[in-house]
Amino acid sequence: MFLAQSSPFLKPGLSVAKMMRAVILLMIPGIVTAIYVFGYGILVNIILSIIFALSFETSILYLRNRPIKTYLSDSSALLTAIIIGVALPPLAPWWLTFIGVLFAIVIAKQLYGGLGYNTFNPAMVAYAILLISFPAQMTTYWQTPTMLLSQVDGATLSLLESINFQLFGQLPANVSIDSLTSASPLGIVRTAISSGAATIAEIDAQGNAFGMLGGIGTEWVNMAFLVGGLVMLRKGLISWHIPVSLLATLGFLSLLFGSFELDSNPSPLFHLFSGATMLGAFFIATDPVTASTTPKGRIFYGAGIGALIYIIRTWGGYPDAIAFSVLIMNMCAPLLDYYTQPRVYGHGLDDHQEQ
Amino acid sequence: MSEQTQSTFFFQYKQIARDGLWDNNTIFAQMLGLCPLLAVSNSVINALGLGIATTLVLILSNMSVSLIRNIVRPEIRLPVFVVIIASVVTTIELIMHAWFHELYLVLGIFIPLIVTNCAIIARAEAFASKNTIGRSAFDGLMMGLGFTLVLLILGAMREVIGVGTLFANAHIMFGDGMQWLTIEVFSDYEGFLLAILPPGAFIGLAFILATRNFYMQKRKQKKPIKQAMITEAKHC
Repeated sequence: MFLAQSSPFLKPGLSVAKMMRAVILLMIPGIVTAIYVFGYGILVNIILSIIFALSFETSILYLRNRPIKTYLSDSSALLTAIIIGVALPPLAPWWLTFIGVLFAIVIAKQLYGGLGYNTFNPAMVAYAILLISFPAQMTTYWQTPTMLLSQVDGATLSLLESINFQLFGQLPANVSIDSLTSASPLGIVRTAISSGAATIAEIDAQGNAFGMLGGIGTEWVNMAFLVGGLVMLRKGLISWHIPVSLLATLGFLSLLFGSFELDSNPSPLFHLFSGATMLGAFFIATDPVTASTTPKGRIFYGAGIGALIYIIRTWGGYPDAIAFSVLIMNMCAPLLDYYTQPRVYGHGLDDHQEQ
Repeated sequence: MSEQTQSTFFFQYKQIARDGLWDNNTIFAQMLGLCPLLAVSNSVINALGLGIATTLVLILSNMSVSLIRNIVRPEIRLPVFVVIIASVVTTIELIMHAWFHELYLVLGIFIPLIVTNCAIIARAEAFASKNTIGRSAFDGLMMGLGFTLVLLILGAMREVIGVGTLFANAHIMFGDGMQWLTIEVFSDYEGFLLAILPPGAFIGLAFILATRNFYMQKRKQKKPIKQAMITEAKHC
């Protein structure tokens, strides 16, 4: 039998919920790698932050008299929670996650009007607020990457020990927080260069910062997120503009400045495969709500984030810069959208500005 | 004084008090003087110090403006108001410098900057230049108290969340004998830096204003019913 249907025969687009779930699915390789590199703390973070996020989302939707099931099932809170969970330090105590998720879901998302109305990326608001408020916990509670453990004679926590520490603050006997943690590669390079203690070659010789491509440990996490991101591009979940322009700008700037002073500037590959670069480029900066929406605007948006990441990493006050860069460019997104509206067919170039 | 005039007298003063503390509060309704509010409200004692100083300035400047309101020509009234406010602020600054030196050091530039608090010149222009000296002084007191109230709420919020204490450094205001005023709300508190930093002031103020607007809206929704009932009752 024939279906009684006329043209156009278009495939229905992805719904918000399906898209969010696909993005979450494609984050899994990165998350698994992160758990392998940084220990079970990441898993605990993610689970805690999902629990907090869903309960905050439910209660504030109830307060706002919105249909709870409809909005909860779009999975956007879930995605925000998972990004926060991955971004937080692996040994973060539970209240750090709690405060972060509170600011992300309640203030940055729901008080601005819910999904689709928020100006700022909720997960990055959470990260920035935590980094400003609790600099000690946010920068020192990074577990030593698995690859470095034998070299620095460090310890690691099992899943149960990790839960015990993050929820109740109890470490197993004869393990101290110092033996668990180490500075991140970006942090090591930054401190050494800015204090003039060592050149890039000397840091390389110590062997605790540089891996094969980027920062030791984090390079594998970045690689896994890159794979997930490329699949997202292939599936058409995101457009290429933001990640490509972001990575290109970051790579170009580090190449440009790096080639003048090889002693004090790590290679472009180090910038691309350290910290949260790939997570930021493919999963955070491409947030459809807070990013620019026109093709040209997206290129400027991505390039702006890339440039800011390089600037803050090199001359700013913090070792990594995804959160601040994304938030600053979030502010610019409406302006970019205004000035980069594509020409409507049949209209002149400047028509939209005369309205 | 007959009973009639006495009741309008009290009614007027009640109205001034209501205006200053709630209906027409400098922060809540007029949104004036936000700069010192945001800058100094990081602890209760700082907030109290600035609040009292501003209240004193408001009372004195309102009184002086009211005194000369019939002498000054309207064309030059604003420069005259500014000169009056500036001299009052200078006096207060010198007094604080002499007797509350530590508080003066903490508040720093924000004491001389009371001059630029728009709430003060707004009251001089909108109220004191049209009213008798008694009412002007009372208006200054109430406006100042309203301002101090918001400062205190915001200061307490930020201090409790930010460092987990209340009335820390009470001695710089009340002398060494009042150290006991300091309350440790949470012991062994890690501190939530954001509340102490400037963004905390903006977020805190936004929450206070939102709460007030929420309350006012709730009351508005209730009021028409009440009034309808009253008018109905009158008709009976």
